[in-house]
Amino acid sequence: MNKIRTSGRTIGGWRTLSLQAPAVSLLFLWMIVPLAMTVWFSLQRYNLLMPGMTGFAGLENYEYLFTDPALWSAMGTTLLMVGWVLAITVVGGTLLAVLFQQEFMGQGIARVLAISPFFVMPTVSALVWKNMMMHPANGVLSWVAELFGLPAVDWFSSLPLTSIIIIVAWQWLPFALLILLTAMQSLDEDQVEAARMDGAGPIAIFFFITLPHLKRAISVVIMIEMIFLLTIFAEIFVTTSGGPGLATTNLAYLIYIRALLDFDVGMASAGGVVAIILANIVAIFLVRMVARNLES
Amino acid sequence: MTTSRTQSVPGVSASPVKRSPLTEALLNRRLWLGVLGWTVALVIFFPIFWMVLTGFKTEAEAIADPSLIFSPTLESYAEVQSRAGYAKFAINSVVVAFGSTLLALLIAIPAAYSMAFLPTRRTKGTLLWMLSTKMLPPVGVLVPIYLLFRDVGLLDTRTGLIIVYTLMNLPIVVWMLYTFFKDMPKDILEAGRMDGAGTLQEVIYLLLPLTLPGIASTGLLSVILSWNEAFWSLNLTSSQAAPLTAYIASFSSPEGLFWAKLSAASTMAIAPILVFGWLTQKQMVRGLTFGAVK
Repeated sequence: MNKIRTSGRTIGGWRTLSLQAPAVSLLFLWMIVPLAMTVWFSLQRYNLLMPGMTGFAGLENYEYLFTDPALWSAMGTTLLMVGWVLAITVVGGTLLAVLFQQEFMGQGIARVLAISPFFVMPTVSALVWKNMMMHPANGVLSWVAELFGLPAVDWFSSLPLTSIIIIVAWQWLPFALLILLTAMQSLDEDQVEAARMDGAGPIAIFFFITLPHLKRAISVVIMIEMIFLLTIFAEIFVTTSGGPGLATTNLAYLIYIRALLDFDVGMASAGGVVAIILANIVAIFLVRMVARNLES
Repeated sequence: MTTSRTQSVPGVSASPVKRSPLTEALLNRRLWLGVLGWTVALVIFFPIFWMVLTGFKTEAEAIADPSLIFSPTLESYAEVQSRAGYAKFAINSVVVAFGSTLLALLIAIPAAYSMAFLPTRRTKGTLLWMLSTKMLPPVGVLVPIYLLFRDVGLLDTRTGLIIVYTLMNLPIVVWMLYTFFKDMPKDILEAGRMDGAGTLQEVIYLLLPLTLPGIASTGLLSVILSWNEAFWSLNLTSSQAAPLTAYIASFSSPEGLFWAKLSAASTMAIAPILVFGWLTQKQMVRGLTFGAVK
């Protein structure tokens, strides 16, 4: 046994290298080449509409970017989107996970229905919500409002950001639910039963047993969602195109506007660098957490 | 409060035949939980249900007041197929999603194998580094990728999308396979080696058959993620290689507001993936959380 292990290791060095080489080298290229190019472009005067104007720009692009009110508005929008969607999905997801953990008739099917929106492509969910749910005249929501004698809301013109938040939260609530339901499965039933014997009510059980048990899963949900939510794009692209004005332009959409609509490569790249830095602040925490998990 | 205290442990109540007051309370509680659970599930699912329903209406019915009563028609489906060339986009989606998944699996299986069975001091670092590449926001590298693709003629090609999706999903695929391989009892491989199986035989006759369910759900997750990806597909394709995500987006223009057709096309676009998702929901959690939640 011992002999096999040691001999495995000496050859293993070579084998490991050759087996991992394709994955590692491809990912390395995928990471480093565009990253280096983004940083490089962000220091250049480079606009596809003005081919003559090239050359080193230093920090000029960043200067323009940071004095551009659009950037700060986009940062604010990004923050609002991420914050609200996180709040809705994490709180809602936790409550739903507790609900769907209980036994009731057809529980499995109900669970599957509730998880479904996560598998719907973003362009479909955005358009279905925009046209069929939130349409001011013929949407289901305005029909429901009418039923209760309330005025219909023109969602996308009066509450554009709220509308986007609702759509994105609808997509990500099932994600939180799916992860937290899985985490619930390892909850120690004996512990719950013991607490109940000692006279703990459902609310006490939730706060003192369930929630601490879900703590790690909840933080994983928060971090993974953050990374995706920082760059919401398709939902904005097909519904509001960032408008009205800049009302729904987040950082991702602003970079898209600068790059592919204004053709200002330098400025867009500077925005890209900002997005990368923001994402990495979140990423550090996530990677640390996964690393700790890998030890155990 | 009293009802919840008298109930027994859910899941242990194996004999529902007995009818004591205790089970009565339990049944009552279950009934209410059922009503609540189903209400929530149906509300969440409603937009999808409504979309499927609208796909079977005529355009006039689709924009009329919401109604459950109508005579179903396949008109919109037929029109989406014939006029809009739905098939072309669907083929693009299939080719890109499955192509990138196969490629990712081919690259990832050897890597995950060596990480799980021949770990070195660097394995952990490599895994975490792979995870960190996933943290790079796509919008941060949109400009260079767009320009590179333009210069080498990969814009609006399926090859281009396959390359992007393979690399996009590679870290998740490696991670997920790694957790499945790690769960496999080492003794079996050891026994195989004792019996004189070479590495290749070991992989083909022992590892792959035993971890096939894990590999399949990894593949399905990769297909789902590629199928639904809508940042690169919207930015890197226009007409030739556009997959379904981009095709559906074309319904957003004000002139193109045909709800019944949008619904029919959307229903076809999400149906296969919805089924894949239902099938793999449990295993998928590993891939989505990088093994942090199992």
